Amino acid sequence: MGHVIYTKDHEWLRIEDNLVTIGVTEFAQEQLGDVVFIELPEVGSELMAGDEAAVIESVKAAGEIAVPIDGVVTMVNETLVDQPDLLNSAPETEGWIFQLTPSEMPDIADFMDAEQYQQYIQDGE
Amino acid sequence: MSESSGNRKTQFYDYHLAAGGKMVPFAGYLMPVQYPLGIMQEHLHTRDHAGLFDVSHMGQVLVRGPNAAAELEKLMPVDVEALAINQQSYATFTSGDGGILDDLIITRWAQDTFFLVVNAGCKEQDVAHLKTHLLDCEINYLDQQSLIALQGLRAVEIITELAPETVALVFMQGCHTQIGDIECYVTRSGYTGEDGFEISVSDDHALALADELLAYDYCQWIGLGARDSLRLEAGLCLYGHDMDEHTSPVEASISWSISKSRRSDGEKAGGFLGADTILGHLANGATKKRVGFLVEGRAPVREGAEIADQQGNLVGVITSGGFGPSLQAPVAMGYVPVGLSAVGTQLTALVRGKPRSITVAKMPLVPQRYYRG
Repeated sequence: MGHVIYTKDHEWLRIEDNLVTIGVTEFAQEQLGDVVFIELPEVGSELMAGDEAAVIESVKAAGEIAVPIDGVVTMVNETLVDQPDLLNSAPETEGWIFQLTPSEMPDIADFMDAEQYQQYIQDGE
Repeated sequence: MSESSGNRKTQFYDYHLAAGGKMVPFAGYLMPVQYPLGIMQEHLHTRDHAGLFDVSHMGQVLVRGPNAAAELEKLMPVDVEALAINQQSYATFTSGDGGILDDLIITRWAQDTFFLVVNAGCKEQDVAHLKTHLLDCEINYLDQQSLIALQGLRAVEIITELAPETVALVFMQGCHTQIGDIECYVTRSGYTGEDGFEISVSDDHALALADELLAYDYCQWIGLGARDSLRLEAGLCLYGHDMDEHTSPVEASISWSISKSRRSDGEKAGGFLGADTILGHLANGATKKRVGFLVEGRAPVREGAEIADQQGNLVGVITSGGFGPSLQAPVAMGYVPVGLSAVGTQLTALVRGKPRSITVAKMPLVPQRYYRG
């Protein structure tokens, strides 16, 4: 399964070997509402922490996904092109967005674990 | 979520919370943007079944006076005198410059009495405007009155069962009636493109009325999010976005709302604020025009996106846009030069700097299903 960590922007990062898979949390998908389109990053693009990596369009609004760490995009979830609603139905599994080879592995201390993230949501950010 | 200070609540606030409504500040009120069903399903539910909308934030105003019809004609390019009792019309309050101060629905309640429903964000300004110009009329803002809309294919089943005399109503007609024992004013109107009704009821009886309607299992609360996508598909303007004080009714492509008798060749030509500009636009054409767009692909093109022609020149701007749940495709409207307004014209909208192909399309994008008898 790898190790999963969370950001304050409601993204999850799954760390496996030297790859990091990134998506949005259940809480984020609830906030977004019905997702109708996802603009994915290009495979091979080099991203710096804070760069806009993807855009999620819901019926209501557009939300940007900023990449939390530096790295090179190695894979994107092409299934989302035809089934953007996977982001609503399975945001933390089949609805993953992209995979990155990080410049250096993320320092877990900079992120939250599942328990801390749940607390963070309950505290209302 | 903390309650924003200063935002008012409608009578239905606790009902929205109980139904899981996500409340957001809108025009000075805390209103439900969506319920757990979500905008997509709420939209589809309205078209196919019956959706209940709290629109109590909108302004309800009574204008009364022996010359009320003639007086109101100074403020709107509509043949108000020609309205039969219980007949209503879409109208605009025009400005001296020929712009639009607000859009509204005006209903004749009696020979000397008119009932106006105006936008929430404009209502104080509208009341002041009426008081400034209609010195011989009594202007009564109904601040103890709620307003709900029941819209969709099956709305008629509910309303005609609860208030049998409404069966005689066609689109843009109303009547005073009772639902249960509750006195209300029902009109066959709405802003979703569907057949439906708007019901004005005193605040005291608002919840009892909602209970009567919600007793039907196919009647569901619907939020502002779906209200927006429904009106967008139906090609209807949202004031402050698709038209404002800088656009004339002709530019906003609502020339149909200008009565024949008030046009240059009519028997009561002009005589309303901004008539020179507006009738000039009717006669000679305006330079820009509101049009609808179909969008290639699935990415919504939203308000504020710039529009470019085939050569890349910036020619206009999107004023409303989103995803159309019935169309299952993005829909938008915006302003372009008249020369680029023909149906089928290919343009591009710039979304986050990337060009997206858009095509001028005939509005409404989803056919309206008003009941005209």
